[in-house]
Amino acid sequence: MRAMNTQRRIVYCHCAYAQVVPADVKQDVLRRLTESGTSFDAVADLCEMAARRDPWLEGVACQGPTQIVACYPRAVKWLFSSAGAPLPEHGIRILNMRTEAAEAIAAALETAEDVDA
Amino acid sequence: MSAPLARSLRVVLYEGVGSRSIADADRFAMMTTLLQGGYAVTSVRTGSRTAPEGARTPIVVLGRFEHTPPREAESDSAAAPVFFRDIEGVDAPAIASIVESVHAEAGTRRPGGWKPWFPVIDFGRCTNCMQCLTFCLFDVYGVSPDKQIRVQNPSNCKTDCPACSRVCPEVAILFPKYKMGPINGDEVREEDIHREKMKVDISALLGGDIYAALRTRSQESKQRFARERDDKRALEERRRCLTKLQEQLDIPPEVLAALPSLDQIRAKTERAVAAAIQRQTPAGTEQQ
Repeated sequence: MRAMNTQRRIVYCHCAYAQVVPADVKQDVLRRLTESGTSFDAVADLCEMAARRDPWLEGVACQGPTQIVACYPRAVKWLFSSAGAPLPEHGIRILNMRTEAAEAIAAALETAEDVDA
Repeated sequence: MSAPLARSLRVVLYEGVGSRSIADADRFAMMTTLLQGGYAVTSVRTGSRTAPEGARTPIVVLGRFEHTPPREAESDSAAAPVFFRDIEGVDAPAIASIVESVHAEAGTRRPGGWKPWFPVIDFGRCTNCMQCLTFCLFDVYGVSPDKQIRVQNPSNCKTDCPACSRVCPEVAILFPKYKMGPINGDEVREEDIHREKMKVDISALLGGDIYAALRTRSQESKQRFARERDDKRALEERRRCLTKLQEQLDIPPEVLAALPSLDQIRAKTERAVAAAIQRQTPAGTEQQ
């Protein structure tokens, strides 16, 4: 995998407690991330973190440009909001593993294109 | 949404300055094992920062350290101690054991154990109509001091039950782990709104007085079956009625069977609003 866009922090959600994200997609995305040479954050399940208002989410929301690899942008946006860590309007890109192929997500991570949630 | 704050253990897989790199396959296996175990993991490939910026929870830094790991990391918070563990020659299953032992030492929250199933409100669509609050049987919803609907007890939610999202007239309630859109967070399309409005008609039956509806239907059936002297068929008819509703709305049968009466749900709303007002201090802030 080519080098990813390191200008943005990368957060990957493994959606560990449900089978709604295709297993092959999330495994492939995780594999590509681990082979990319890029530092990134991986969480077991963003829903679980939001439910217990994990303070780490605030850090994601306020520490600059971030790419969140998870599920539907509307769900991710309001999950963060529900945890008291609303995402900023600009600088956040959400990539959806429920609808996109791993290749497409990897390609998006490599670009510096600014797509806001 | 409010829930107890709990400290969780964060894991850093460190391959920055002073730590040898890990083979790609091993890194992937370690990450997968830890994520499946419910841990959050930061993979550090460059630089020398071992503790994530702004860390407020205990951290364990795993690495193939070239020298004795540093005694202190960047974390400057006493609430966020940093543990170091050398993983030279350690495979993925053993990594889990190492992290488990640190977890015990740090006294952090055990990850997992609950499928995080709870409603998430899209406040871009919500009109604060409170239908969800009145409908929910499990007191998941509450009202903020400024009388805004909120998810108050997410862990009370009935796993795999999307019933409240079915009664929301604005398609404003999400369950991110639901199988279909728009409840799963997919974009709301025009046809979804029309479909949801149709569901509201059903919800009027449910939220209004399903018992009355069922009683009426059951009564009619009983009268008919009484004539036929066949109670078994009457019971079967009632079962079919409930099953049909359950299938239409994807609602667990026990939830349907426990629906409150109209008077009960009205009283519940009034109680929730009154409680919210009572919690409000004179300055308009919520008491802890």
